[in-house]
Amino acid sequence: MTREAALNAALFVALIGTALVAQALGEGFIITLATKAAIFALAGVGLNLVLGYGGLVSFGHAAFFGLGGYATGILASHAMSGVPVATLPFTLNGSTEMLAIWPLAIAASGLAALAIGALSLRTSGVYFIMVTLAFAQMIYYLAISWPAYGGEDGLSFYVRNTFPGLNTFDPIQFFAICAGLLAAALGLVAVLTRSRFGLALRAARQNESRVVAVGIRPYSIRLLAFMLSGMIVGLAGSLYADLNRFVSPAMLSWHMSGEIMVFVILGGVGRLFGPVAGALAYIALEHLLGGVSDYWQALLGLLLLAIVIYAPGGLIGLIAGRRHV
Amino acid sequence: MMLLIEQALNGLQYGMMLFLMAAGLTLVFGVMGLINLAHGALYMVGAFACAAVAGATGSFWLGLAASLAAAAAAGAVVELLVIRRLYARDHLDQVLATFALILVFSEGTRWLFGSFPLYLTLPPLLSGAVTLPGGLQYPLFRLALIGLGAAIAFGLYLLITRTRLGTRIRAGEADREMVAALGVDIARLYTAVFALGAALAGLAGALVGTIQSVQVGMGEPVLILAFVVIVIGGIGSVKGALVGALLVGMTDTLGKAFLPGVLARLIDPSAANTIGSAIASVLIYVLMAGVLIVRPQGLYGERGMA
Repeated sequence: MTREAALNAALFVALIGTALVAQALGEGFIITLATKAAIFALAGVGLNLVLGYGGLVSFGHAAFFGLGGYATGILASHAMSGVPVATLPFTLNGSTEMLAIWPLAIAASGLAALAIGALSLRTSGVYFIMVTLAFAQMIYYLAISWPAYGGEDGLSFYVRNTFPGLNTFDPIQFFAICAGLLAAALGLVAVLTRSRFGLALRAARQNESRVVAVGIRPYSIRLLAFMLSGMIVGLAGSLYADLNRFVSPAMLSWHMSGEIMVFVILGGVGRLFGPVAGALAYIALEHLLGGVSDYWQALLGLLLLAIVIYAPGGLIGLIAGRRHV
Repeated sequence: MMLLIEQALNGLQYGMMLFLMAAGLTLVFGVMGLINLAHGALYMVGAFACAAVAGATGSFWLGLAASLAAAAAAGAVVELLVIRRLYARDHLDQVLATFALILVFSEGTRWLFGSFPLYLTLPPLLSGAVTLPGGLQYPLFRLALIGLGAAIAFGLYLLITRTRLGTRIRAGEADREMVAALGVDIARLYTAVFALGAALAGLAGALVGTIQSVQVGMGEPVLILAFVVIVIGGIGSVKGALVGALLVGMTDTLGKAFLPGVLARLIDPSAANTIGSAIASVLIYVLMAGVLIVRPQGLYGERGMA
């Protein structure tokens, strides 16, 4: 077992362990924090697929996070009011079943990622950053100006959606769902990045013209990665909506995009467990620094600056050493 | 008709302010290859400096001078301490570091000035309205902003095409190693360009803060609009920034003013209002998408940049 693999295992054990110890001590708030960390880590795992492995700096992933959240909120609120979400071309009723909501949340964010990706991937470099940011901002303004689902005030749905066999209101059981999905996503990304598709994606980051020379179109590979990434982030958004039982345009805002990016970079770009380390550290910092000062984000900013300038490999890079790619 | 002219002037004024923001961003990208998210923070610094100095001395003009000086100084300090370590890094590091700078600037400003918005009063010289030919009453200050924006655009054009600094800036865009080899102090040139961009952003912040209000986070929506402007105009092109800014300013203002009314003639008025304002709020992004489809490198961008 390499040092990084050991560290990865320790990180996952730390996440699960925190929740279990908190459960034993009856600290419901800590379980909620661990749940939040698991959800943020899931979002980070999604972004890492394009950011780390694909080398595509998307600054617009809040769009998919928010769309996953809104899909969840809209379905749950329609289930409560009994009015179908849509009647054309087929009747789509609301739902409070997570197993019914997730596919729709994933589909909604995946479709948005396909459309945004198809346009944004025509550009590269700094254009790509600005264009993804701008498209996410477009969805943000749509959500604000569309009054049907709360507009600027957001949308509450009071009752957490259900999962067969589990009581989702019990914090530790909801945590188990989130941690399970995080593990599944980590497994998926591990398999993907080792597959032919993952190799092509990483190769396109390192040397685009060689990839073209062996007969692979980088555009298609990247678009597929962008869509998969959007779908994972959308699932995270759905869970986040369920955690808070509330969705608002803040989930779509560019600060959210920046935060998801921070989870990835704080932990270590292009490392499987980087987002897990980053999300855990972020939640811990928010909790600890938030107690020190109301202006904790300024401290966070200074810390991020230090990481970028002095430790470009992120936290995992600091501990496990530079990686040989 | 009157309304159309008034809204067109509003769009022009909005576009000019966007140009002040976008010009700095595009220069910094063109010369140093740096994407600077903290540009909006410098806009905020300018606005707060103007509000603080104008509040303390009672002179709007001193405030305006302070906004230029404070933003340029903040820009130079940030360039020396942080930004210059990022030129050789990839865009990801630049994005994260400048995002971190936003957090530091925003929270620092909140700590100094609190969360409540500040308001600036117009100087007597520029307050009130003027009657334009045709009988339209239009605020003098907004008219002055249009004039000032046009003057700065012309000044930047002269600076870049006619002065020594401008020659160096253009040379730096073309080939920075060669410029350094010819004996130009590249580090000082970079600090100067960054401070120039910062001063323009600070001025825009003070001017827009006078029309609206001065508060923490005011720079962020403008920053993203400035990105849209640059993507439309082409990164690195000051001319593109001007054309893009005016396009975005006009599209946004006219769309918000007239789209609901136009739609109301076609469909049910209450639905038209909802749909119209929703579409109007995303019109500039549709414009950007359109430009991307036809010219991914922007209107005045060079091929190969995109």
